[in-house]
Amino acid sequence: MTFPINPVAASKIARETDYLYWGLLILSAVIIVIVFGPIIYFLIRYREGKPADRTPVRLPQNTIEITWTLIPMFVMTGFYVWGARQYFTIERPPPAAMEISVVGKQWMWKIQHPEGNREINELHVPVGRIVKLMMTSQDVIHSFFLPEFRIKQDVVPGRYSTEWFKADRIGTYHLFCSEFCGTMHSGMVGRVVVMSPAAYEEWLSKGQPGSTLVQSGEQLFRELGCSGCHSGSSVVRAPPLEGLYNKPVPLTSGEVVTADEAYLRDSILFPAKQIVGGYTNDMPSFQGRINEEQLLQVIAYLKSLGTVPPGLRKTLEDSR
Amino acid sequence: MNNAASAVPVASAPPLKRSNTYLVEGGQTLASWLLTTDHKRIGLLYLFSILFYFTIAAVAAALMRLELITPPGDVVSSETYNKLFTIHGTLMVWFFLIPSIPAVLGNFVIPMMLGAKDVAFPKLNLLSWYLFNLGGLLATYAVAFGGVDTGWTFYTPYSSTYSNSNVITMAAGIFIAGFGTILTGLNFIITVHKLRAPGLTWFRLPLFIWSLYSTSVIMVLATPVLAMTLALMALERIWGLGVFDPKLGGDPVLFQHLFWFYSHPAVYIMILPGMGVVSELVTCFSRKPIFGYHFVAGASVAIAILGFLVWGHHMFVSGQSVFAGLVFSFLSYMVAVPSAIKVFNWTMTMHRGSISLATPMLYALGFIGLFTIGGLTGLFLAALGFDVHVTDTYFVVAHFHYIMVGGMVTAFMGGLHYWWPKITGRLYPEKLGQLAALIMYIGFNLTFFPQFVVGYLGMPRRYHAYAPEFQVYNVLSSAGASILGVGYLLPLIYFLWSVKYGKRAPDNPWNATGLEWQTPSPPPKHNFENIPRVDKMPYDYSPEAEERMVHG
Amino acid sequence: MAEARSDLAEQFVEMPQQREASVLGMWTFLSTEILFFGAMFMAYITYRTIYPGAFAEASKHTIVLYGTLNTAILLTSSLTMVLAVHAAQENRSNWVVRHLLFTILLAVAFLVIKGLEYHQDLSEHLWPGPHFKPGLPPQAQIFWFLYWSMTGLHALHVTVGIGLLSVMTWMARRGRFSALYYNPLDVAALYWHFVDVVWIFLYPLLYLINRSS
Repeated sequence: MTFPINPVAASKIARETDYLYWGLLILSAVIIVIVFGPIIYFLIRYREGKPADRTPVRLPQNTIEITWTLIPMFVMTGFYVWGARQYFTIERPPPAAMEISVVGKQWMWKIQHPEGNREINELHVPVGRIVKLMMTSQDVIHSFFLPEFRIKQDVVPGRYSTEWFKADRIGTYHLFCSEFCGTMHSGMVGRVVVMSPAAYEEWLSKGQPGSTLVQSGEQLFRELGCSGCHSGSSVVRAPPLEGLYNKPVPLTSGEVVTADEAYLRDSILFPAKQIVGGYTNDMPSFQGRINEEQLLQVIAYLKSLGTVPPGLRKTLEDSR
Repeated sequence: MNNAASAVPVASAPPLKRSNTYLVEGGQTLASWLLTTDHKRIGLLYLFSILFYFTIAAVAAALMRLELITPPGDVVSSETYNKLFTIHGTLMVWFFLIPSIPAVLGNFVIPMMLGAKDVAFPKLNLLSWYLFNLGGLLATYAVAFGGVDTGWTFYTPYSSTYSNSNVITMAAGIFIAGFGTILTGLNFIITVHKLRAPGLTWFRLPLFIWSLYSTSVIMVLATPVLAMTLALMALERIWGLGVFDPKLGGDPVLFQHLFWFYSHPAVYIMILPGMGVVSELVTCFSRKPIFGYHFVAGASVAIAILGFLVWGHHMFVSGQSVFAGLVFSFLSYMVAVPSAIKVFNWTMTMHRGSISLATPMLYALGFIGLFTIGGLTGLFLAALGFDVHVTDTYFVVAHFHYIMVGGMVTAFMGGLHYWWPKITGRLYPEKLGQLAALIMYIGFNLTFFPQFVVGYLGMPRRYHAYAPEFQVYNVLSSAGASILGVGYLLPLIYFLWSVKYGKRAPDNPWNATGLEWQTPSPPPKHNFENIPRVDKMPYDYSPEAEERMVHG
Repeated sequence: MAEARSDLAEQFVEMPQQREASVLGMWTFLSTEILFFGAMFMAYITYRTIYPGAFAEASKHTIVLYGTLNTAILLTSSLTMVLAVHAAQENRSNWVVRHLLFTILLAVAFLVIKGLEYHQDLSEHLWPGPHFKPGLPPQAQIFWFLYWSMTGLHALHVTVGIGLLSVMTWMARRGRFSALYYNPLDVAALYWHFVDVVWIFLYPLLYLINRSS
């Protein structure tokens, strides 16, 4: 019978979390000795009926109290900083990541690679590459938990959340949903399969459906009629989308927001929420006509579009 | 000021006839109990009520632990399992733990500790009990006829849109019971402010009062937010209105902010009273005044205040901003400090004392041990980078059970044993008491320590079926649960036995200080014939006591 | 008139203690009410910050005439309430009764106007849900949800207040209050002022967003 105490560590962050764990364990051991030690000693030495010197001692009480207030505060601040630094690393994906979209729904994970490959409850990735997950839910809140990587992030309907990891050993690891989501919550599990780069390429080509994420997005862009307004030849005046991703957008309210994934999603589902400066509220909502996976495809397409066109550049300059 | 004749309290009052105790005086019919305004009877009424809800919730836990012995979900269906952990959480939190020490021991003891004849608003006190049980009845109905499967946290949009269970009935039950809690807290606050005996200044109050006062402030300020949050969720469920519904632009995470704004302070409602009991027990059974009275009192207040500022530590991976995470993590570390101060002060109280290992003291020591472990694991959870891995796993489950069960329930048992002679006029069998405490301690650790390990290994919480490599720890945990059950069953049996067959208790079986021990066991309806006068600090177990407590 | 000993509840030792306890009790209760309404105010603040345009547009459909009238009515009722307490302090019990009746009258007027307003709101389909008034952004439904729940909760408190004040009036008519004992009146007045203050916050937040344009 084995008694493992920590899971396999499949990434650098996993190992760092383990160090933090050990640090906290050592701190706990020290405090337990400091507290339990004297208690046990007093229980024995000063047990009632046992002769001992019980004359009251005059102790510098305030000094003692302040000391054992400040020292713990100091120690705790140290662990706070340690934990916070680890948190920054976990929550800030480094650039040049490969982006994989994840849509959680009761009770499965739907995953799509940029090359178009789709998976259900499985995530194949190459070792040594930075993988960034762009996630949303179709229904209730879920959470994408990878214990061997020591990371998780809630997957929330109505917004995008991200999670990143860089596997540094080949193997198969757990995927668990870790936010209670209904009847089959404990069945919403799967695997992360980390492969050598060569094996990954082979896997990709074997499962190729035909359209990459971007190509599917482009197809939807046409089929849903987006190009009807958002193209150079259109009669309706709509903001151009080339090079829009992650650029600042001035709104009619005077605010300037960034055209990130959330902005793009909101523009498609709730166009009246934020109107670009210089334009009017004419865009229809596509809520009900496009699902979460399709939204991620369209957004991937929009992200792939090129430089800032002259029209939008002028609008941006005018607003400064 | 006080126009009643001031009387110096006598060490032990003349023995009272049985017919003059509160159990008899005031009537012995069912109606006289159900319409009582005597705080002591109301305390007992609460004891019976919470025992009822505890039993249901404990049976749910037993079934869960039975299911978790093997990895596949083969004892109950998934839907049933989800309902079981919801029943367990909601009933244990709102219908057992929150009322436990305050409504049972607090109601019984606070007026007597203050030298008062009753609480400030006795009729409101009775109303509290009725509201509590009206809510409890609704909750029980929700549980018995269809169940609720959202977890005690009711996260939207699952609870407001997707769940097919009795969410609204349960929410209504908690809402109504919440008003019972609010009124109890209000009652205690005014009682402590206005009904103290002459000479009983704030810094002469027993620490049990400081703890319960701080608890009452939390009850009064936090519970309304829960009530409104559950109401908003229920309204969304009834009318499909999108306060938290993302399809209408609502934010499901707003629910979490509102919910945890109450529920974090709620956990301090569920530990501060326990700490108050421990202060009483450690002093009495070490025959020593508390070390650092002012700091322990101040720590209670600090915990209450800081407890309102840390709710976001339940939401580090919810989509909350990194900045918010930084703030909440730091404050969570800070709120640990006053708890640590209390533990150090209790330890130093025992120094050069004369320590007896009577049952209440065993529970107090158990509290210190288990609460320390639980509190230390709180430091783990407050570390942002660490929490990302263990949040929503069994690590968290183990942490809060160490605090709530290892801490609060243990303290409740300690307090119950300590004040039992006062409440019933009978002694429980001491040897059995010590045995039960030991069994409980062993069973508890065996049940919950493995859960820390399996949580770090990655076992998520609220899982009906789990990965096979987690089994060994689950088996240990379930084995421990059966031992823990014995540890709780024993006192139930011998307490009931003692009411009829236990030795009659003297007025002050523990030779404790404190005004409640100046009354007969059991006390008369009005507690004191003459309101006593206080001119000393509490826990005056030796002549130099007061000097030392103030000047060090 | 001598202090009526029967007014002193048995858990209290003297009258000032009882009075202070009940006043402190009501203040404590009011603090819970602040937190109770506070949760909805938090939701309001959150969504108005995210959707300022939708909230402004939604607010335009509130009937500002009724809202303003009701504000004036409630403020006046707080005045009459103060006068009732003052009359008690001066031992003029017939004026206590009269001012209480004025307060009740004003409170009922508030509810009548609220009722008319609700009726009109409903006829304009301003009830969130599938049949919500078309032409407004979807987040306007969040505004209107908050409108109905916040004013509804407030109206509930006004109704409870009317009941409370009716009991006070009945007690005053039976001569229960005097310069030496008007405790329940004091405490009821506190409650009534609170109800007024909540409305003072609700009025601009619900009726006055962006009225100048």
